[in-house]
Amino acid sequence: MVVWMKLTKGLIAGLLITVLLTGCGANWGWYVVSPSTESGRSNLKFLIDGLGYTIALSICAIVISIVIGLLIALPGLAKGRAPRTMNRVYVECFRAIPILVLLLWVYYGLPVVLDIGITAFWAGVVALAISDSAFEAEIFRGGIQSISKGQIEAADSIGLSYYDKMRYVILPQAIRRILPPLGNQLVYMLKMSSLVSVIGLSELTRRANELVVTEYRPLEIYTILVLEYLILILIVSAGVRWLEKKMRADEQ
Amino acid sequence: MGNNGREPIIKIAGMGKSFGDFEALKNIHLTVHNGERVVVCGPSGSGKSTMIRCINRLEAHDVGTITVDNIDLNENTKNINAIRREVAMVFQQFNLFPHLTVVENLTLGPVRARKMNPADAEVLARKYLERVHIPEQAEKYPAQLSGGQQQRVAIARSLCMEPRIMLFDEPTSALDPEMISEVLDVMVELAEDGMTMVCVTHEMSFARKVADTMVFMDAGEIVETASPEQFFSAPESKRTQIFLNQILQY
Ligand SMILES: Nc1ncnc2c1ncn2[C@@H]1O[C@H](COP(=O)(O)OP(=O)(O)OP(=O)(O)O)[C@@H](O)[C@H]1O
Ligand SMILES: [Mg+2]
Repeated sequence: MVVWMKLTKGLIAGLLITVLLTGCGANWGWYVVSPSTESGRSNLKFLIDGLGYTIALSICAIVISIVIGLLIALPGLAKGRAPRTMNRVYVECFRAIPILVLLLWVYYGLPVVLDIGITAFWAGVVALAISDSAFEAEIFRGGIQSISKGQIEAADSIGLSYYDKMRYVILPQAIRRILPPLGNQLVYMLKMSSLVSVIGLSELTRRANELVVTEYRPLEIYTILVLEYLILILIVSAGVRWLEKKMRADEQ
Repeated sequence: MGNNGREPIIKIAGMGKSFGDFEALKNIHLTVHNGERVVVCGPSGSGKSTMIRCINRLEAHDVGTITVDNIDLNENTKNINAIRREVAMVFQQFNLFPHLTVVENLTLGPVRARKMNPADAEVLARKYLERVHIPEQAEKYPAQLSGGQQQRVAIARSLCMEPRIMLFDEPTSALDPEMISEVLDVMVELAEDGMTMVCVTHEMSFARKVADTMVFMDAGEIVETASPEQFFSAPESKRTQIFLNQILQY
């Protein structure tokens, strides 16, 4: 319930800003996206249909980045120097490359290097996932390191294997501490997915750009775009918060 | 020393351990027989924890040998796993898994490490909860229990691994005074059932009651090994006398 109240508040604030701006005498032309005209409806539908790609892109990227992030975090916790160095090199490198630069390289460079074709969608997924995984590796490492040494020793002394120790003892406890920063990361990733518009993937931002070119109404169209991201991210944040609460409740 | 011709089960010979430049254990010799109860005491920092943690490889020793049930303890993970199946450890801070219920804490080891089926493991868990006198707490989470109850759950968790040897590292020193006896009672019962025990504790009344052998450590060395009668009435070493005077003063 709280979720919806927050959401509604966000929406009202958004609309209020819009109305205020209109009232400020700017020359608005809401007809381009007006639900009451045939062309307005089709424009609106065109814009909103970009949600599919934005959401699919973010979900694929977050899932892959979580897997890679975990695989990179674990060697960072090892005793040996070699696995720790590997972890550092990966994290430092991919944290340093701007997402847009990585995206361009994956889309235009990688196909040449590997002699393969890659669609804009998968180039976007790969670039976002890799960039994000470097941050997530650090989040996971911190979360796992925050679990007390006694837990690890207890798990060792009842003879659990490394996998079982992680799966049943460490990660279930670490996840509670990992979830909040991971939620932030998910929101960040959703926003960064707009960059994939530059290589032509027809997601929210790309569609807005295309419509602006044909309709010459940047103010209205980009306002819709802002609202689209706002709503999407409010929903995601509420979801993350709900999950955190549920986990806290499970603990007791 | 009360071992009645029983088999030696833990053999530690010339064992040493350093942390960096600091020599925490020097030339440790100790033999524990099947069914023997050994109580280890000594001042803080004397290496008691480090010594018993070496026995199940929570710490790795640098020199000398440790043999448990004829298995040599070294880097070989197979040997480490084999020894951890024989040796259970009870910690000062209990170290229960806070996200699991009591019964889940108890069944995790049997199911995952011993490949027991979950229904059998639960029967086993309830049997040992009965044995530590808290069968009614099975569905609770550790945070809902008192310290004494938590430590008894931790003992039951160790027992579920059906170990031949139990190591205790100051199992009562994190407890409020009124809860100490409920934990010691359980340990006395275990001793009476013939469990091989190596117990670091300063509970001297417990030591008098159950110990077959007393070990006194100071500055990383075993200073004295004696039967409780001799240890408490006529300790050989000056350092033991001073220590006993200090802790028996009150
Ligand atoms: N992981 C470690 N790294 C460095 N030094 C350590 C480590 N563990 C123990 N030590 C040192 O080794 C010595 C022995 O420690 P240990 O914990 O075995 O003593 P103890 O007899 O159990 O003392 P206490 O009665 O306080 O528990 C201490 O001086 C301690 O500081
Ligand atoms: Mg200690």
